[in-house]
Amino acid sequence: MERMIEGKPLVAGAAKGQALVTNEPLSFWGGYDQWTGEIIDRRHPLSGENAKGKVLVVPASRGSSTTTAVLLEAIRNGNAPAAIVVSCVDRFFALASIVADEMYAKPIPVIALSEEEFASLNNGEQIEIFSDGRLTVENAA
Amino acid sequence: MSLKLTEEDRAQLGGERGEANRLAMSVIVRMANVSGADSLMDIVGAHIDSTVFQGDATMEFAERLAAHGAKVAVPSSLNVSGVDEHGWREWATPPEWAQKAHRQMIAYQSMGTEATWTCAPYQTAFRPKFGQQIAWGESNAIAFANSVIGARSERYPDLMDVCAAITGRVPAIGLHLTENRAGHVLLRLVDVPRRIQEDDSFYPVLGHLIGRVAQERIPVVEGIEVAPAEDQLKALCAAVASSGAVALMHLVGITPEAATTADAFQNKPPQQIVEVTMDDLRQARRELTTAEGEKLDMVVLGSPHFSLAEFKKLAPLLVGKRRHPEVQFLVTSSRLMCNLAEQAGYIEPLKEFGGKLTVDTCILTTPMLHPEIKNLMTNSAKYAYYSPGLLSTQVVFGRLEDCVQSAVEGRVIRDESLWKR
Repeated sequence: MERMIEGKPLVAGAAKGQALVTNEPLSFWGGYDQWTGEIIDRRHPLSGENAKGKVLVVPASRGSSTTTAVLLEAIRNGNAPAAIVVSCVDRFFALASIVADEMYAKPIPVIALSEEEFASLNNGEQIEIFSDGRLTVENAA
Repeated sequence: MSLKLTEEDRAQLGGERGEANRLAMSVIVRMANVSGADSLMDIVGAHIDSTVFQGDATMEFAERLAAHGAKVAVPSSLNVSGVDEHGWREWATPPEWAQKAHRQMIAYQSMGTEATWTCAPYQTAFRPKFGQQIAWGESNAIAFANSVIGARSERYPDLMDVCAAITGRVPAIGLHLTENRAGHVLLRLVDVPRRIQEDDSFYPVLGHLIGRVAQERIPVVEGIEVAPAEDQLKALCAAVASSGAVALMHLVGITPEAATTADAFQNKPPQQIVEVTMDDLRQARRELTTAEGEKLDMVVLGSPHFSLAEFKKLAPLLVGKRRHPEVQFLVTSSRLMCNLAEQAGYIEPLKEFGGKLTVDTCILTTPMLHPEIKNLMTNSAKYAYYSPGLLSTQVVFGRLEDCVQSAVEGRVIRDESLWKR
């Protein structure tokens, strides 16, 4: 079954991938391996998972100001999530994508959802993101 | 809401002030739109954390700006870089990394900035004043500027702080505006004795707990009954900004805007009230340690960068002692603080002890540690929080005295008497 969600594009773009979902904010500095896409914050519930090419569903970034630099490197190296879905206006993820656009013309979509819609997403679902901020979500088989 | 730009903003955005200003203003304007700002505002200073080297992308960004002749519009200090410019060869830093990180340093130095190379800019001449509007990067520094000094900075991410410095402009949002500085969550210390509050180790532990509870909200802390030293507040801010996205916390009676709890909340009710007991603090203290057992490879101090007062406290603990041959002992600091400490005679005991100094950077921002280093001990919550993920090490959090004693004996020793039930 497929459902549609209206999101707000912080950085617009089209992408699709499998959802990797967490309710815990993540610092990319010390939390994301820019060379592999692995979540490396050993205190984080997604520790050991790989987000490369997936739609990372995370409420917000946290902590270090260097999160943006790590995400920019990951985008440049092809190890970033295909898109990031957040539950607030996360400026850190948005900035990394904006600079990736300015520098390399390679932004990734960053989409903000309401808390209810954010909570409706489940790990493993297939998410497609459209440039107007809409998402279609397909249940995991 | 649509963004109103001044004539000068539009001139920069349109490329009339050169390509560096166009790129920087484009980033500022796009971020203003993301944030829903209705205007930009002036800043009087910046602290640039974009100096942290992460790889080709951060270097290319710095070099693109520098190649177009970027110059900062306001006095700007520089955060840590990716390499100890003169000392990296003593460590495991790969030459290719050192070379690129150094290129990035040169790029940022070319922009009319001050080469402070420190994550504790509030302990330099760049310390802001109460009420000043600034654009600071580096999470611990942002928390300190807002919470201890009452200067006003949003939580600027890397890559944006330098754009703010070049344009002199930021989106008029968030913590720049009085109405957004009210507290959200009240943390009330319950029966936390003075002997705990007077100890240095209380502050990283409390900060770790506050950040975990507050996350992205503004915490208000009631019940600190002592007058914490500057470096204790520094440790608190670094901890709170590691476990949470905290840019401002109100310490009632300490934060300039928080003479009373009502002031901190701007007379609004708290969203949540959390009682903090000794058991909660003991739990937070346990969370800062991942290692089991006594094995120890290295003691590392100085996140944020060690101050003159911290060198002064460390020196007498080291006199007449020598580290165990199998345990390294490192202090990370700035060139400025090391020079002052040298003149004051605090570096000699460190050298005699067998300790080393690293400047310009830290163990988290340059790959200086040999892979055999697996077990760290530190008195810093920030080192304790990040080293397991960034360096794949185990870590033990301990008091400064315990760190020194452990380095001497070659195994982890912690005096539990202060924290025991």
